[in-house]
Amino acid sequence: MSFENSLLTLLIFFPIIGTFLLWILPKSLESKIQSLALIFSLIEFVLSLFLLRTFDSSSHLLQLVQKVSWIPSLGISYFVGIDGISLWLILLTTFLTPIVIFSSTIQQHIKGYMSCFLILETAMIGTFVSLDLFLFYIFWELMLVPMYFMIGIWGGQNRIYATLKFFIYTLAGGVCMLLAILFLVYLHYDQFGTFSTSLLDMYSLSIPFDSLKILNPQSLLFLAFALAFLIKIPSVPFHTWLPDAHVEAPTGGSVILAGVLLKMGAYGFLRFAIPLFPKALHFFMPTLITLALAGVIYGAFLALAQKDLKKLVAYSSISHMGLILLGLLVLNSHGLSGSIFQMLSHGLSTGALFLMVGMIYDRRHTKEIALLGGLTKVMPVFSSFFLIITLASIALPTTNGFVGEFLILIGAFEKNPLYAVLGGTTVVLGAYYMLWMIQRVLFGPIQHEENKTLSDLSWKEIGALLPIVVFIFWMGLYPKPFFQKMEKSIDHLAANYEHYDLGIYERKP
Amino acid sequence: MLSAILLFPLLGFLINGLVGRRLPKVAVSIIGCTSVFISFAIAFYLFMDFLQSPEGWREITVTLFQWIPLLGVDASLKLDSLSLLLVLVVTGVGFLIHLYSAHYMEEDPSIARYFSYLNLFTFAMLLLVLANNLLLLFIGWEGVGLCSYLLIGFWFEDLEKAQAGKKAFLVNRIGDFSFLIALFLIFTTFGTFNISSLKIFEVSPDQLHTLTVITLLLFIGACGKSAQIPLYVWLPDAMAGPTPVSALIHAATMVTAGVYMVARLHFWYLLTPFSMTVIATVGIITALFSASMAFFQNDIKKVLAYSTISQLGYMFLAVGIGAFSAGVFHLITHAFFKALLFLAAGSVIHALHGEQDIQKMGNLKSKLPLTHIVFLFGVLAIIGCPPFSGFFSKDEILWFAFNKNTLFWILGLLGALMTTFYMVRLFTLVFYGISRKEIKEHLHEAPPLMALSLILLAFLSLGGGLIGVPHSLYGFFKMDNFLEHFLNPVFIGQLEITHEGLSEYTLMMITLVLTLATAIWTFLTFHKHQEWAEHLRIKCSKIHAVLANKYYVDEFYTWAFVVPVKKSSELLLKFLDKGAIDGALGGLGKVTILSGTGLKLLQNGNIQTYALGFVIGTLGILLYIWSMWT
Repeated sequence: MSFENSLLTLLIFFPIIGTFLLWILPKSLESKIQSLALIFSLIEFVLSLFLLRTFDSSSHLLQLVQKVSWIPSLGISYFVGIDGISLWLILLTTFLTPIVIFSSTIQQHIKGYMSCFLILETAMIGTFVSLDLFLFYIFWELMLVPMYFMIGIWGGQNRIYATLKFFIYTLAGGVCMLLAILFLVYLHYDQFGTFSTSLLDMYSLSIPFDSLKILNPQSLLFLAFALAFLIKIPSVPFHTWLPDAHVEAPTGGSVILAGVLLKMGAYGFLRFAIPLFPKALHFFMPTLITLALAGVIYGAFLALAQKDLKKLVAYSSISHMGLILLGLLVLNSHGLSGSIFQMLSHGLSTGALFLMVGMIYDRRHTKEIALLGGLTKVMPVFSSFFLIITLASIALPTTNGFVGEFLILIGAFEKNPLYAVLGGTTVVLGAYYMLWMIQRVLFGPIQHEENKTLSDLSWKEIGALLPIVVFIFWMGLYPKPFFQKMEKSIDHLAANYEHYDLGIYERKP
Repeated sequence: MLSAILLFPLLGFLINGLVGRRLPKVAVSIIGCTSVFISFAIAFYLFMDFLQSPEGWREITVTLFQWIPLLGVDASLKLDSLSLLLVLVVTGVGFLIHLYSAHYMEEDPSIARYFSYLNLFTFAMLLLVLANNLLLLFIGWEGVGLCSYLLIGFWFEDLEKAQAGKKAFLVNRIGDFSFLIALFLIFTTFGTFNISSLKIFEVSPDQLHTLTVITLLLFIGACGKSAQIPLYVWLPDAMAGPTPVSALIHAATMVTAGVYMVARLHFWYLLTPFSMTVIATVGIITALFSASMAFFQNDIKKVLAYSTISQLGYMFLAVGIGAFSAGVFHLITHAFFKALLFLAAGSVIHALHGEQDIQKMGNLKSKLPLTHIVFLFGVLAIIGCPPFSGFFSKDEILWFAFNKNTLFWILGLLGALMTTFYMVRLFTLVFYGISRKEIKEHLHEAPPLMALSLILLAFLSLGGGLIGVPHSLYGFFKMDNFLEHFLNPVFIGQLEITHEGLSEYTLMMITLVLTLATAIWTFLTFHKHQEWAEHLRIKCSKIHAVLANKYYVDEFYTWAFVVPVKKSSELLLKFLDKGAIDGALGGLGKVTILSGTGLKLLQNGNIQTYALGFVIGTLGILLYIWSMWT
């Protein structure tokens, strides 16, 4: 077995190994736990860079595939691989994890907290690379567990309510998906006489569809998968778990939640819901587009009404994720590439926003906007970073947000100009709530005595933010390498999603 | 060479932005000014080069790198006669304003931030001008908007100023939204954003409707940036920024970006006469409307702001009737005299320690002699008194307007007289009459650097018109219309009118006589016969109130747009998000709990009950299988 073949497996399980090491650590090294966790996550990041090296961007096929039979009687196997769609999302995960570990300021139960991040990393990468439905489901649900503990143990005052809401919502979606997976397995048995849970086998199924009846197999399956993904994204009206979860979650949890977990929903559409059930997708397309556009506008409106800084950012996420959903639903190469690119941009900029909200909270112990104001005076460095990241978030040209948003909107326009006009309102509304936030937090006179003595960012905090800012501009100014890697897979999906298939790449000798 | 023009302001921005706080103030100013001056020097060198090369060779294009390969978008620049003139204005006038700022902002602790923003602005503006690609132009477009936002709210501790910055950004974003939609439409219609390619694209007749929509959408974008009706409302508020910023961004350069864009895309506008009519109409209405709002403003900068909106209206009138060269000509002369007026106003404000209310000024002529003279130059230029620059450019616009549509000419003339009224009123109230404020200490005249910029700009305001002397005055000036010849290769197909001597002289004389009469009457009214002015104010008190309150447009916008958006967002949060959606979820939760309570009754620990349940369940399953079987 070569290094390349087992690279993905190594990536999945390395963080878990790290967790074990953390737990068997001698007492004398307890104080070094955070540094150790950081080292593990950095090694993981370096390992993930090998993906870029070995990935052949001239092919749309699944690469670095590893398939080992697991439960042969049910056709379940350990089957992993990546293509241009999942590649960057894995890198986003391995990039953000060390940043949250590095910037964490939580002291109590630090071993548990760090383990949560590492286990979460395993689950996230596992979800992005699984090509077996059963395996995918396991990783999907596994993500819930560390997140549940993270909010439940290290969260804010109202954390029990928030965790419960988060858990029930996502579990409900997950259970629907599990039922749908079982049904797919049954269908496969029915059509081919063997059990299989391999995604590639499912692509070749013919799933009965009847546009005259609502209750036909393909529609039901699609709805089950779509529900799980819409909740995760989250799309209006399944979004109310998100603001509560964010407000209660510790900073690191929020960053990962907004940065990576939400992207799972969009990824699920690209890998599962769209190519597996194209007819049902078309049938429900008007509804889905409506939800996406409603999300864009509704999220923006609600962001305007927020009085809590973290909630504002959470609602802005809902708005942005609506746009990402729109981009992938229009199913042309501009919309799809914009959508994936925007997942990365949003992961970075919103992740950074949550980090910075955390930095305020560490100093001021409040997230209430009305209690801030005039911070530029005392925290000029903080303000510069906050401004840059906000501008990336409202898609100012030269930042990554612009490239993604522009592509999504141009893709939407090609499908139907009205979509682009409605989705494009984010240009004005986004600027409105974000600049209003900036004004209330950074500008004006300092009105609260407590704010006069706040200290500016430490070198450590700058160190956590700087890599993100570098990528914000890199992706905004020279996005070519990012698109190059995903191009083939996207074109393949856009052209063939109605009869989708994916082969396995074989490296030429 | 071309990219070097962009490089230096960017470097200046980076140096001052990153380490400026640790540098001495002098170093910060030197870096800020030099970077722009080097760009100017390069541009001037290229200008001389252009003059010596034959017409067909006056174009340089450079492709820097592939930006978004998916859309075929390259970062490519293009220098031709039009963009070169603009580069010269941006860097030339820009440099003088930088120089002025070095003194004006001397005392400010955040001078490094100031110069870094100013350099960033210069960079973005140059990018806008030099872009050979509409998407790249859009970067510059948004970039200058960002700098405008940052500089209006430069003194961020004053919430009102920060708010003015936000307002500017948001109103501009409305225009940008329209610009974006236009870009989508351009891409789906023509498949490229490259201006050179778009220019040679053969537009088929059935594409003309689309093209009309495109050009109108782009014009809405221009209305945002260049402060035309209905998106002009941000510019008066933008005066909250430091005065040199108002001179650079909100008078000489950024606000002319819309005019430049229309001129850049003249090949499309020439194909869409409807859009042209819209532009000309909006332009002239804005010119008159905002001139009337300038009548009774008492803030020295606000008067100049409304005047800028009005002059921009003239430029749009010019490009709207197809006189692109004339529009660009006025853009250039306006950059000279309006920058001068703002800087001179800054000098007054500086001398009076921040006082901006003209009601509290008066009789500053002898106290600020230099400022008085240069201000006078600016006033004479803007009202179009020969041989000041504004005379030539305004006259050219009026002459084209007369030949296109007499109504445009009449309105244009009316606007010119209105301009004369408010400018002379301003000038008289500031420099003549009685001093209306106790001035205790000795007023200090502009220090050397500021004085130098003022004097140089005064000369440009005086002599700048010579680049576009109309053919009919050839005999007098022994100069031909340089500008028109220089721009001709760019504006192929623009409105051309033979300059016939007699009628042009007649029009010129009519304008001149009426302007001078208005000027003298206004001067006397506000200088010698204060009671006339008072009488006038009382007689037209209703009109006065409407004008002084700027037609209540801001109030209307707040009522019609801002309040509904905020209110509905609060209502949505309260009733939909927290009420309906979470309510439904809570309901579901209650159902679960209730059913749980119900089910709990079954779990009573009684073996017999369980057994009964087991039997019933098994029977049920067997029954089901049996029914499926048959």
